[in-house]
Amino acid sequence: MAGGSSRLAKAGQTRFEAREATRDSALVKGIVLTLSLVFFAVFLLLPLVVVFAEALRKGWDTYLAALVEPDALSAIKLTLTAALIAVPLNVVFGVSAAWAIAKFEFRGKALLVTLIDLPFSVSPVIAGLCYVLVFGAQGWFGSWLAANDIKIIFAVPGIVLATVFVTFPFVARELIPLMEAQGTEEEEAATVLGASGWQTFWRVTIPNIKWGLMYGIILTNARAMGEFGAVSVVSGHIRGFTNTMPLHVEILYNEYQFAAAFAVASLLALLALVTLALKTFVEWQAERAHKEIEA
Amino acid sequence: MGIAKGRNVLPGFGLSLGFTLAYLSLIVLLPLSAVFLKSATLSGAAFWDTITAPRAMASYRLTFMASFGAALVNVVFGSLLAWALVRYSFPGKKIVDAMVDLPFALPTAVAGIALTAIYAKNGWLGAWLEPMGLKVAFTPLGVLVALIFIGLPFVVRTVQPVLEDLDAEYEEAAASLGADRLTTLRLVVLPTLLPALLTGFTLAFARALGEYGSVIFIAGNLPLVSEITPLIIITKLEQYDYAGATAIASVMLIVSFALLLAINALQAWAGRRAAGMG
Repeated sequence: MAGGSSRLAKAGQTRFEAREATRDSALVKGIVLTLSLVFFAVFLLLPLVVVFAEALRKGWDTYLAALVEPDALSAIKLTLTAALIAVPLNVVFGVSAAWAIAKFEFRGKALLVTLIDLPFSVSPVIAGLCYVLVFGAQGWFGSWLAANDIKIIFAVPGIVLATVFVTFPFVARELIPLMEAQGTEEEEAATVLGASGWQTFWRVTIPNIKWGLMYGIILTNARAMGEFGAVSVVSGHIRGFTNTMPLHVEILYNEYQFAAAFAVASLLALLALVTLALKTFVEWQAERAHKEIEA
Repeated sequence: MGIAKGRNVLPGFGLSLGFTLAYLSLIVLLPLSAVFLKSATLSGAAFWDTITAPRAMASYRLTFMASFGAALVNVVFGSLLAWALVRYSFPGKKIVDAMVDLPFALPTAVAGIALTAIYAKNGWLGAWLEPMGLKVAFTPLGVLVALIFIGLPFVVRTVQPVLEDLDAEYEEAAASLGADRLTTLRLVVLPTLLPALLTGFTLAFARALGEYGSVIFIAGNLPLVSEITPLIIITKLEQYDYAGATAIASVMLIVSFALLLAINALQAWAGRRAAGMG
């Protein structure tokens, strides 16, 4: 559920204020609005503002210097690399899982859906830990990997694996309800008319699910670039080699280089804002597409 | 869905299901099973001593209480926020609505250092709160604040769609039968929202139990006082105590599995409720 429930089909809103029975008195409205908006400002808005304010506290020169410093650049590069591998892998998985689950009936389907959600309920720390147990020096494949000079834990492959784990369900859980709702009729028609499986998939299914797919990719990417706990366990924090951006923020912060820590953090905060903007845009597009179908 | 299908003419069932199962097993199931297999290398007594050590027990208490408290705060304020977003119009509403998902999008480490900067002694709010005797950063209260931050969207995004689907007719019927507004809320709106409120609470609670990044910066991480359970696992790993780390991890995993089942049951209940109403 970490991605939030799918909000691709939203109802209209203002109808409640137009009616006597559902209209709250001005006093109630005032109290509810004040309480909820103050809470929103203190708990959500303030942390975001603080990131940018602290980042720029010592001026633009310090800010830019913190971003172009070699360790920061290599952290940015590693974060992009991990996301660039993890996101496509989970997209292929998500589409494949949704195809099997939404288009076919089979035994154990409910169990499969639950298992796909599993990574959301596992602490990120445990996600990292389980790869250490499999690939670490004392793990299942530890001695074999060492003998063949392959490094996974405290190296880039471990970081990618941990990232894949924590972002595992996003695409699948966005697509499964969407494809279930769409049913199989269009694909069946294409097949009966002689389209091959892949033709049906690319020309019928993909256009139908494109907004849901985009939504899943945006969420996967945001989490992939921002993951901290799982990556922290498998990374070994080797500066310039196995440091992602969130880990770099931690190191700078623990060295009391607050302005630099917040400078790198502000890039991640910017990424979060872009994510929210894209997400809102996709929701809006999906809503429009939905209305066009209904009209 | 639900319509019994005859022979399905669509291709790709074997390929897609086979790939799904193989990928799921390799990425998730096999690595997770390593946690249980490794913890089984401990003797029963050693396992028990590890998971009931005073430091571990203190961390369970803190993690559980702070997660529970944060989920409770979020149920109250998250519902108010969802109510405001669905029922009222106010300037900036679209931005507020989009920003509710910030905790999903903002990396936890960034949230952690930002919250610490706000609540530390010389911080934006800390400078006001500490003279009043309220220490937040580096205390259990700081853990609570971080968990409120990460849990909020779970409640809002679970309650909001149910409020949107709620037909105005039900409240009108209650009003025309003579019920005042408070009675209508208590007897009509609240029962409809109940499954969503419980689901939102459980989702926020489950997420909070495993949270690490946003908490460790603000918690102060004092053993027996402000040390969360995921941090105990990290500490044991750093001391190369793999068996000890996995023992604690398996306790957390069992709790997570139980919560996952609870969430599934709640969502099934909510689904039946919604279907029954339509």
